[in-house]
Amino acid sequence: MIRFESVTKRFANGTTAVDDLSVEFLEGGITVLVGSSGCGKTTTLRMINRLVDPTSGTVSLGGRDVRELPAAQLRRGIGYVIQQAGLFPHRTVLDNIATVPTLLGWGRRKARARAAELLEVVGLAAESGKRYPHQLSGGQQQRVGVARALAADPPVLLMDEPFGAVDPVVRTLLQDELIRLQAELRKTIVFVTHDIDEAVRLGDRIAIFRTGGHMVQIAPPAELLARPADDFVAGFLGAERGLKLLSLISLQDVPYEPIAAVRTTDTAAQARAEATGRWLLAVSPDGKPAGWLDVHALDGSDSIGQAALTPVRGLTDADSLLSALNETVSSPTGMAVRVDAAGVLVGASRDDVVHAHQRSLA
Amino acid sequence: MDLLSKLVAWLTSAGQWAGSEGIAQRLFEHVEYSLLSTLVAALIALPIGLFIGHTGRGAFLAINLSGFGRALPTVGIVTLVFLVSGLSMTPVYISLVALAIPSIVTNTYAGMAAVEADTKDAARGMGMTGLQSLWRVEVPLAAPLIMTGLRLATVQVIATATIAAYVSFGGLGRYIFDGLAQRDLTQVMGGAVLVAALAVAVDLILAGIHRVLFRHRLT
Amino acid sequence: MTIEWGWLTTHTDDLLALTLDHLATAVPAVLLGLLIALPLAVVAHRVRPLRGLLLGISNIMFTVPSLALFVLLLPITGLTRTTAIAGLTVYTLVVLLRNTVEGLDSVPAKVREASLAMGRGSLGTLVKVEFPLALPVIMAGVRVASVMTISLVSVASYIGYGGIGQLFTDGFQRSFPTPVLAGVVLTLLLALAADAVLVVVQWLCTPWIRKGARA
Repeated sequence: MIRFESVTKRFANGTTAVDDLSVEFLEGGITVLVGSSGCGKTTTLRMINRLVDPTSGTVSLGGRDVRELPAAQLRRGIGYVIQQAGLFPHRTVLDNIATVPTLLGWGRRKARARAAELLEVVGLAAESGKRYPHQLSGGQQQRVGVARALAADPPVLLMDEPFGAVDPVVRTLLQDELIRLQAELRKTIVFVTHDIDEAVRLGDRIAIFRTGGHMVQIAPPAELLARPADDFVAGFLGAERGLKLLSLISLQDVPYEPIAAVRTTDTAAQARAEATGRWLLAVSPDGKPAGWLDVHALDGSDSIGQAALTPVRGLTDADSLLSALNETVSSPTGMAVRVDAAGVLVGASRDDVVHAHQRSLA
Repeated sequence: MDLLSKLVAWLTSAGQWAGSEGIAQRLFEHVEYSLLSTLVAALIALPIGLFIGHTGRGAFLAINLSGFGRALPTVGIVTLVFLVSGLSMTPVYISLVALAIPSIVTNTYAGMAAVEADTKDAARGMGMTGLQSLWRVEVPLAAPLIMTGLRLATVQVIATATIAAYVSFGGLGRYIFDGLAQRDLTQVMGGAVLVAALAVAVDLILAGIHRVLFRHRLT
Repeated sequence: MTIEWGWLTTHTDDLLALTLDHLATAVPAVLLGLLIALPLAVVAHRVRPLRGLLLGISNIMFTVPSLALFVLLLPITGLTRTTAIAGLTVYTLVVLLRNTVEGLDSVPAKVREASLAMGRGSLGTLVKVEFPLALPVIMAGVRVASVMTISLVSVASYIGYGGIGQLFTDGFQRSFPTPVLAGVVLTLLLALAADAVLVVVQWLCTPWIRKGARA
């Protein structure tokens, strides 16, 4: 879909930002460009919407050289999201989102209706449309940035460190939202970041850039983590490369077995009768794991509901092998508790089963 | 073209420069008036600017008062003070000082206000008293903008000091007023060119000093 | 100093006429200055090498004594209001040009880039994004320029278009302080009123600044 052919960009001051890049970014997937600062990842991105023109080589979009269209017309068909959103401080949130539709001549009413619709898509309250950007939090501003880029429903989205300026909790939230949106919209997304965890989390393919504008390797995250092309890539992926790899593997194929459990509404006597060892899983009345119960700490005949429970995290099939490993280490029984999509207990995987599955992949 | 050659002739004739009515003397007087006025204005305006900048108190009043000062018509002030106090340099000095104060106050205040709260906080945190923070941190940081204010004021005063001739004193304004009276356009132009040249030259000198003083700064 | 209040009451019509005359010179001068400064500022903002040159020229023009400038304009525009307006316009440029360039500089690069990246042209970005965001700084310049111009108009009484300044010459010739004081006060009031009007105009033009920080 997006194709670079022998593209080189040298700036006037003599630095080579991108050096002889030939690559194709696939349609309908997220390609993450990652590397330390000054590696040319942002320049690569900006050559797609011609905020930067290559010194030599061609960039094409859907088979057409990007230089065939006037720059402004090209850009109206490409969504662009940047750090701190680059929102227009003097326009309301709604007007910000409606920018491209307005430029495309949709008419005010239609553009605003579309903007209101997008507010909802990115999870913002309708009232925020009347606000000015500085009245929103950083995370909300970033959502507006995404909504603005999506407004004219462009097939391609360019995102330049869009979540770089928000705190880690909000960043994770925004990443989840992007994954959810992408599952629905199937845009062709090119995403620039220097955060390798973000890259692994979001990318269908990851391209690693090295200072001087060389793309060293491009591969799906699992392949990249399993077989880094050289020491540079391995170093960039970090010391916990193995664990990152596990974060990409789902629990779908990890077997589980039934597990005894008591309800939090049961009595201590019932719990003691059920127990085979010191720890017993407690579930809430609706069947969701509530925590691990220490049978030895139970006294008298008070109900379980009053006892202190050690926290448990129920894992679905979509959760990663890494989180299962984490549960086997942190739970007092070495069990990873499994739940269905609704969060209801279905069983548990013993630590040796989880470990065996992990070894079988190597 | 004709006017230009006359102007050059006027400026370059040797007799024009010497004597008690010569350009050299007029130039000296002009510099004297301007320097004295700017100095007095600085003595009044700097403490005010520093005080409101440091304490943040009275900023609104001071900024608006200096805006008010900018609106004072110099000719009117000179005439008024002249009619009240009689023939002396007082009217000239009063109006020039009034002209110079606003630029110095606003720039000093702006320079002080631009010092980041974090920096002042750090100064306090290291145990500096308010006065120590003022002299060792805030004033040095505000210095470039304060200097800009002084430059602006000086240039304004030099360009306006021609007013001295209006109440029959010297300075380069003599050529402009005499030229007007004698319908001698060359002389008017000569005076104007000399005033502008003096203002530009002084501005360049001050800019040079500014550059040397703050050469280690980024801005 | 004795003020003859009687003179004031018998001359209210004259004072009003002079005030209007004052405005008839000052207002066009500032507007014309703005008309010239805006495009020049865009050039100075975009073409770095020209910035120093343009600002330098406007600075030098500022140092020419105002009376001399009017006299020098006489051979070109004659004894007309145009001469007064043209001369005053030159002085407004120094403030208007500097503030407009600074205002354009203050527009965050990210915002400008976002506008371009969304497919707005260079001119559209200038008009719809850069100028509105530079407005507070530009308006600060317009306020200073207006106040300055209103106080300078009186110098043009030499060529007959000094508005309120007429009172200074008048009082000077007759050694009569009352009209001079009236003129000074009137000039100040006019400057104050003009400034107030501009503050309101700016307030109306920048709704995004009125809204408080995040709610």
